[in-house]
Amino acid sequence: MNPPVPKQTATITLDGEEVTFTEGETIYEIAERHRKQVPTLCYDPRLEAFGGCRLCVVELEGSRNPVASCTTKATPGMVVRTATNEIEKYRKTLLEMVTSENRELDVDSLRGYASQELTTLVNRYGARTGRFIGAQSGTSNTDDKNPFILRDYDLCISCYRCVRVCAEQEGDYAISVMNRGFHTQITTEFNGELRDSACTFCGQCVQTCPTGALADKKAMRAVDRPGEIEKTRTICPYCGVGCSIDLLTKEDRIVGIHPAMDGPANEGALCVKGQFAFDFVHHPDRLTTPLVRGEDGELHEASWDEALDRAAEGFRQVSEKHGRHSIYGVASGRAPSEAAYLMQKFIRVGFGTNYIDNCSRA
Amino acid sequence: MSNPLIDMEKPDVIFCIGTNMTECHPVAATRLKKAIAGGAKLIVADPRRIGLAEMSDLFLPLRVGSDVALLLGMAHVIAREGLIDRDFIENRTTESDAFLEHLVEFTPAWAEEISGVPAKDIETAAMWYGESAKAAIYYTLGITEHICGVDNVQSLCNLALMTGNIGREGTGINPMRGQNNIQGAGDSGALPNNYPGFQPVIDPANQAKFKELYGREIDIDKGITKVTALDLCGDEIRAMLIDGENTLLSDPDRVHCEHALKSLDHLVVIDIFLTDTAELADVVLPATAFGETDGVCSNTERRVQRLRAAVPPPGEAKPDWWIICQLAKRLGLAGFDFGEPKAVFNELCSVSPIYAGLDWERIENSEYQWPVPDKDHPGTPRLHEGEFVNGRGIFSIVRYRDPAETISDDFPVWLTTGRRLQSYHTRTQTGRAQGIDYLLSEEALEVNPADVEGWGLRDGGWCELSSVRGSVKVKVKSTNRSPRGTVFASFSFSDVPVNILTGSGYDPITETAELKVCPVRVEPTDNPRLGT
Repeated sequence: MNPPVPKQTATITLDGEEVTFTEGETIYEIAERHRKQVPTLCYDPRLEAFGGCRLCVVELEGSRNPVASCTTKATPGMVVRTATNEIEKYRKTLLEMVTSENRELDVDSLRGYASQELTTLVNRYGARTGRFIGAQSGTSNTDDKNPFILRDYDLCISCYRCVRVCAEQEGDYAISVMNRGFHTQITTEFNGELRDSACTFCGQCVQTCPTGALADKKAMRAVDRPGEIEKTRTICPYCGVGCSIDLLTKEDRIVGIHPAMDGPANEGALCVKGQFAFDFVHHPDRLTTPLVRGEDGELHEASWDEALDRAAEGFRQVSEKHGRHSIYGVASGRAPSEAAYLMQKFIRVGFGTNYIDNCSRA
Repeated sequence: MSNPLIDMEKPDVIFCIGTNMTECHPVAATRLKKAIAGGAKLIVADPRRIGLAEMSDLFLPLRVGSDVALLLGMAHVIAREGLIDRDFIENRTTESDAFLEHLVEFTPAWAEEISGVPAKDIETAAMWYGESAKAAIYYTLGITEHICGVDNVQSLCNLALMTGNIGREGTGINPMRGQNNIQGAGDSGALPNNYPGFQPVIDPANQAKFKELYGREIDIDKGITKVTALDLCGDEIRAMLIDGENTLLSDPDRVHCEHALKSLDHLVVIDIFLTDTAELADVVLPATAFGETDGVCSNTERRVQRLRAAVPPPGEAKPDWWIICQLAKRLGLAGFDFGEPKAVFNELCSVSPIYAGLDWERIENSEYQWPVPDKDHPGTPRLHEGEFVNGRGIFSIVRYRDPAETISDDFPVWLTTGRRLQSYHTRTQTGRAQGIDYLLSEEALEVNPADVEGWGLRDGGWCELSSVRGSVKVKVKSTNRSPRGTVFASFSFSDVPVNILTGSGYDPITETAELKVCPVRVEPTDNPRLGT
């Protein structure tokens, strides 16, 4: 008997083209697959669709009003238009209403991973910022002296991404909402400081905020540092989960960390250490030259040649005097595999023993 | 881990034992939280009421070091209730008869007596785990850092084997590795019993292979572990090369460890900071750090991933691989002419069957989980599908043993140690990251409120903590996370070196230290910072 053929025969018509979909997919997800660039502000692919910002509306034949594509599941035969003049005009008006709430549009990209989303859309739609005189929701919390998360709620547009990422992605439920409508205020339980809440300072709220209202205070220290921001993909230096991160650098300095949304181990998640504890790299305590113990019993700076000669000579002498089983190597669980490989090769080739271990026993 | 991280969202029943995952592997814990939100049941066994315990459907607060008893009790119930997977046992395991016979005497009542976990809860945990179609086990050092660490792991394997919870999605036996490349260090052969790729050194075929590759005879016997080497310092062992480990603060019995390193004729340390360990060295060689080094690491799910340099190192710091090559060349050793880390990694792949299908270019996008035996192989997210690497799964006959030291009139309290969310290990890195102090600036001993009162302590006051080996002074934090009679401290802060106290014993097979159990005495004392 042949295996059942996977069902992907259902189709919708998307901007005049017949496209297939998998049961359960939303119109937004299908449109994304087909690079339709449907705008959103409250959407984060890792979270349950919220349907709050209404920017992702599309025209659906047979429906009197446009529908939010992020919350509308596709059904066979739907006819969808993603960017009619009418829809685009509606989106522009919506954006102008959103920006009437927002006191500042041009925020530094060091504020967070998604901090440019509102600005980008406003520019794309040429949305005017002074069209509506709106009341403003959200007041910045300047009392919270935590060193990581700026709570600049003046820029908040009440998309609830921070609330939802904290609940759905992190399971921490540290962020809550006070009041409704223009009086909406993102806050914590009892309206206090983050340190006194269930917040673990993972920084996920910062990275999903589309306006920079929640911002990375550590990264922002480098706003005035000259140089372009460059990104380098690497792996977090702490535990064994192996979260993918993008190092943000300006010239020779690491200025911040973005979680990699496509990192296989973490899929965009990070913890307080991976997100914020990167600057040990530039700490003045870093060793910058080799050190060699002198006859006075103290460690003194030395050249590489001097230090390597001394290190090698010590092993040679010990080996000659006490035999090859007198030398032991301990490889690091924090250095790259090349270091561990060469450590064991050094011991095995150098002394013909298996006197090598790593730090996994303690 | 037998299973990939993504599987953490898929079990029906999750059994976490000896893992404080929300603090030590927080990102992995987010996946468990999603599984729980989706309806999975969570069983947590831990001496302390940790974050996971708060989230659990069933919390088993066992006495430190009694894991084997608890797990035997659970296995007994699974067998008694007929919840064993007969097909799996028949087709994929061996020595089940002796094991099932062995279980008969270990009733939940017996397990309760040793572990302190109510027998009815042991019954429930066993029923949930045994009845589930997909049950997964997660553990960390709370299982391995015991004199019976191997017994603990084998007890967990027994549970998985008898219920067939291995080799399928959402199941498995999953240790969470603690350091970013501790898996890679083992993969690379930095072990006294294995060549790269876990090829045993006692296997004549491997001996011949590496003699050929490395151009010399290498001992046909296993080497000694680091633990034994430290014991032999000043005696058989006269010189050490330590790369990136703050041995003095992270290893048990600090006094012994310091004495050992000081008694060496020659100590060379490669590190990024002048750690307490590096302070003892004859030569300290400055290494490049995270963000400055190109290389490869393996995570807890055996995923082989690229590390990339983004900024230049400070001063004259050099990559570890370069430093070791220079040392080797000065000793006249052949085979260390590497110009870049890529060549080193590619050599590792060429000598290691589990990396045989990999090279520097192929791991660019983090797609591969080892074993990857050839270039056409897609990698192995899930181990033991269809069959075990060594043929059949073997049931182990395991018996409960007391910890190396048990509480007494002189030392009536159990101390257990670990990490905290905001600090990492000995704080050489997190202690130098701006802002972390705001969240966690000092160590405090976690003591149950009733014990705080009973022992004449004060929340926020000071106590002296003593074991057979020494004593340290530490602040007191009153908290229900600690049960009566058990206290907790991390080993992060150098001004509270709790590893002066630990080091009571070692697992006889792995020689892993029993860092999770140490009988102590807790007495009130004055604030040492005020002087006399």
